[in-house]
Amino acid sequence: MNTAVQTPIREPAPPAPLLEMRGISKSFPGVRALDQVDIKLYPGTVTALIGENGAGKSTLVKILTGIYQPDEGEILVDGKPVTFATAQDATNHGVTAIHQETVLFDELSVAENIYLGHAPKTRFGLVDWKALNARSLALLHSLETTVDVRAKLKELSIAQRHLVAIARALSVDARIVIMDEPTAALSRKEVDDLFQIIERLKNQGKAILFISHKFDEVYEIAQNYAVFRDGRAVGHGALRDANQNEIVRLMVGRSVDKAFPKVDVALGETVLKVTNYAHLTEFRDISFELRRGEILGLYGLVGAGRSEFCQSLFGVTRPSDGSLTLEGREITIRSPRDAIAHGIVYVPEERGRHGTVAQMPIFQNISLPSLAKTSRAGFLRSAEEFALARRYAERFDLRAAALSVPVGTLSGGNQQKVVIGKWLATSPKVIILDEPTKGIDIGSKAAVHAFISELAAEGLSIIMVSSELPEILGMSDRVLVMREGLPAGLFDRQSLDAETLVRAATGNA
Amino acid sequence: MSALPEKRHIPDRLGTSLTRLLSSWEVLLLGVAIAIFIANAFASPYFLNAWNLSDATFNFTEKAMIAFAMALLIISGEIDLSVAAIIALASTAMGAAAQAGIDTPGLVAIGITVGLLCGAFNGLLVAGLGLPSIVVTIGTMSLFRGISYIVLGDQAYGNYPESFAFFGQGYVFWVISFEFALFIVCAIAFAILLHATSFGRRIYAIGNNQFAARFSGIPVERVKFILFLLTGLMSGIAAVCLTSRLGSTRPSIAQGWELEIVTMVVLGGVSILGGSGTIGGVVIAAFVMGLVTFGLGLLNVPGIVMSIFIGLLLIVTISLPIIFKRLKSGKKA
Repeated sequence: MNTAVQTPIREPAPPAPLLEMRGISKSFPGVRALDQVDIKLYPGTVTALIGENGAGKSTLVKILTGIYQPDEGEILVDGKPVTFATAQDATNHGVTAIHQETVLFDELSVAENIYLGHAPKTRFGLVDWKALNARSLALLHSLETTVDVRAKLKELSIAQRHLVAIARALSVDARIVIMDEPTAALSRKEVDDLFQIIERLKNQGKAILFISHKFDEVYEIAQNYAVFRDGRAVGHGALRDANQNEIVRLMVGRSVDKAFPKVDVALGETVLKVTNYAHLTEFRDISFELRRGEILGLYGLVGAGRSEFCQSLFGVTRPSDGSLTLEGREITIRSPRDAIAHGIVYVPEERGRHGTVAQMPIFQNISLPSLAKTSRAGFLRSAEEFALARRYAERFDLRAAALSVPVGTLSGGNQQKVVIGKWLATSPKVIILDEPTKGIDIGSKAAVHAFISELAAEGLSIIMVSSELPEILGMSDRVLVMREGLPAGLFDRQSLDAETLVRAATGNA
Repeated sequence: MSALPEKRHIPDRLGTSLTRLLSSWEVLLLGVAIAIFIANAFASPYFLNAWNLSDATFNFTEKAMIAFAMALLIISGEIDLSVAAIIALASTAMGAAAQAGIDTPGLVAIGITVGLLCGAFNGLLVAGLGLPSIVVTIGTMSLFRGISYIVLGDQAYGNYPESFAFFGQGYVFWVISFEFALFIVCAIAFAILLHATSFGRRIYAIGNNQFAARFSGIPVERVKFILFLLTGLMSGIAAVCLTSRLGSTRPSIAQGWELEIVTMVVLGGVSILGGSGTIGGVVIAAFVMGLVTFGLGLLNVPGIVMSIFIGLLLIVTISLPIIFKRLKSGKKA
């Protein structure tokens, strides 16, 4: 806590902050999401909020927009304390947020989308179409665009839709604008357009909180920065005074190796060789070799194409180019069925949607990809199924009332054990883990890490996708970094450190 | 439980409580079936007669054969509303063939083949092209029956060979008709397929979570195609039985059956949203619907009232589980 404020003693020449948060804390069961956080937003200034996944950025946004209530601390607007008990309160105080994906309605007009929920009314309580269209036009005009406000949204380009989303956020007379990773889904050209808009908003005297992973963008658009790590504000100041390495260090700085029980495993021969794997839109030129007992970490920002690449290895999507060699033989994978038959399995990121059939019992989930083994001539043998399920339930110390209860009734960590068990039951050679500890509480995380390590020791080859640096650094033998669908470096365990990975992933050489 | 044991033991199953078994949908439905049976016996003096009861089975046997395949399809999350139209087309094809002098074995083969082809067509559109089955089969419903209307207009085929009558009018033993015997065989075959094979397990997995099923290596499209094929096959077999029983084919044959078949499946406890249900439930539902329509028939209730009854039954059986769920969660809150 003493090390909390690392950077400047000299604050930038102080106009009064438009919005200030003081000593904000917020806890959820088992997690302290925000711990005594301070942040100040000044008029006509863009403040970049920087931090890893799980640093507390989105909790902060939710408190600022009235979705969560802080446990302690206060929020001041224009120096006066306020409470945001509801989203409406936040809006009334001029706070608005532009999210990564604002929900818009294809079949409604541009103006209707902008004013949905707070359309101007006539004195009879009907929608005042004249005012609606006029105000929308004025709003879009202030963003210096010419979109027909009567056009249906579906007729618009992606970039124009984005403008509508911004106009919608500004339609509530906002003075404080929060942008939560607004560039995640945008091309470079669209990012430039967005930055022009931000510039304009800045000149109108609005205070802007800009959340992004990408350092080049932060440097381009922001004047101030605030760094969060593990729910604490660990540094803030003016960007022009700050050294980029310093910020990266603030963002990731912590000792990472102690919590991760990676056992050193002697690596065997090459099991899987991927050569120039490519997909029409998501990724290309991915090549690497994976050895027996190796854990290959796959790191990158959200949207770098990691999951898409893994899913193409598993046959969910087809690659457009490239080849695969498994144990020296070239193979083609057209479906998950092919992949499983070759011994390549995939533990998906979205457990509930792709990993388990929540309504079906544990034992049926575990046997699902192994039905050929547990049945005879197509007829089920429940004794075999229970035996198979029991083997993995006991191995992973599964917490469940019975093997016949639906998987959906288990906790996230135990569901993940079922998914991993289901794949181990197929005796795979390569197991792909996509964000294996996402949404799992800290206690179970260690258990998951322990058995990932165990699997490697038993000679399984593992590809582990993770957005959590400590996990990647602690568990991987080597790390492949992807950026915007391209390989951005392959690092050995010896040369691994957080700053190198973050620089490779964000494109800051 | 006091201290945690060193190695946790997880039982295979929780004890099956008698109350849970007794409150299952199938047992409830069986109670309804018995109640209707008793009510019928009191309402009409003609009801408790072996031959009358045997006649009553014709009210549901053909529909139930299709309902078994439909149950599998609905559990997998799809539906086929073209089944009655497949009967019309298959019956028309058999009628035309009979006109041309083809004998019984050929007619049966033609009926079943037309059913399979129609099922394959539906399956190709749904599983192959990924179109929504409800729209596809509403389309093919008009298409298949439309072909019958074009071929027949206001005419009818009627010159079926004498031996062809066996399927709809023959008896295998005393009062046990060929149709009833076939119904029992189909019930057993479908129950085994759904509940005792890995194919059946895959149907449940697909119906509950199609993505997770695909990610588990299940060839989702292939399974769905087979289910449409199976539904077409059963529609073809039903067409043989019905045509044989009526001895003639009009393009309006089996009009509206798709509704009764779906009702039967849903009444049998199959979730219209997919993922759950049993063949046993559908068998009991078939008896319930057969007994009700037969009982109403004995009481000289006109056909239009029966169709109102079927409609109400469908709405009530779909809404009951949802209402119960709301009541239960309301109590907890």
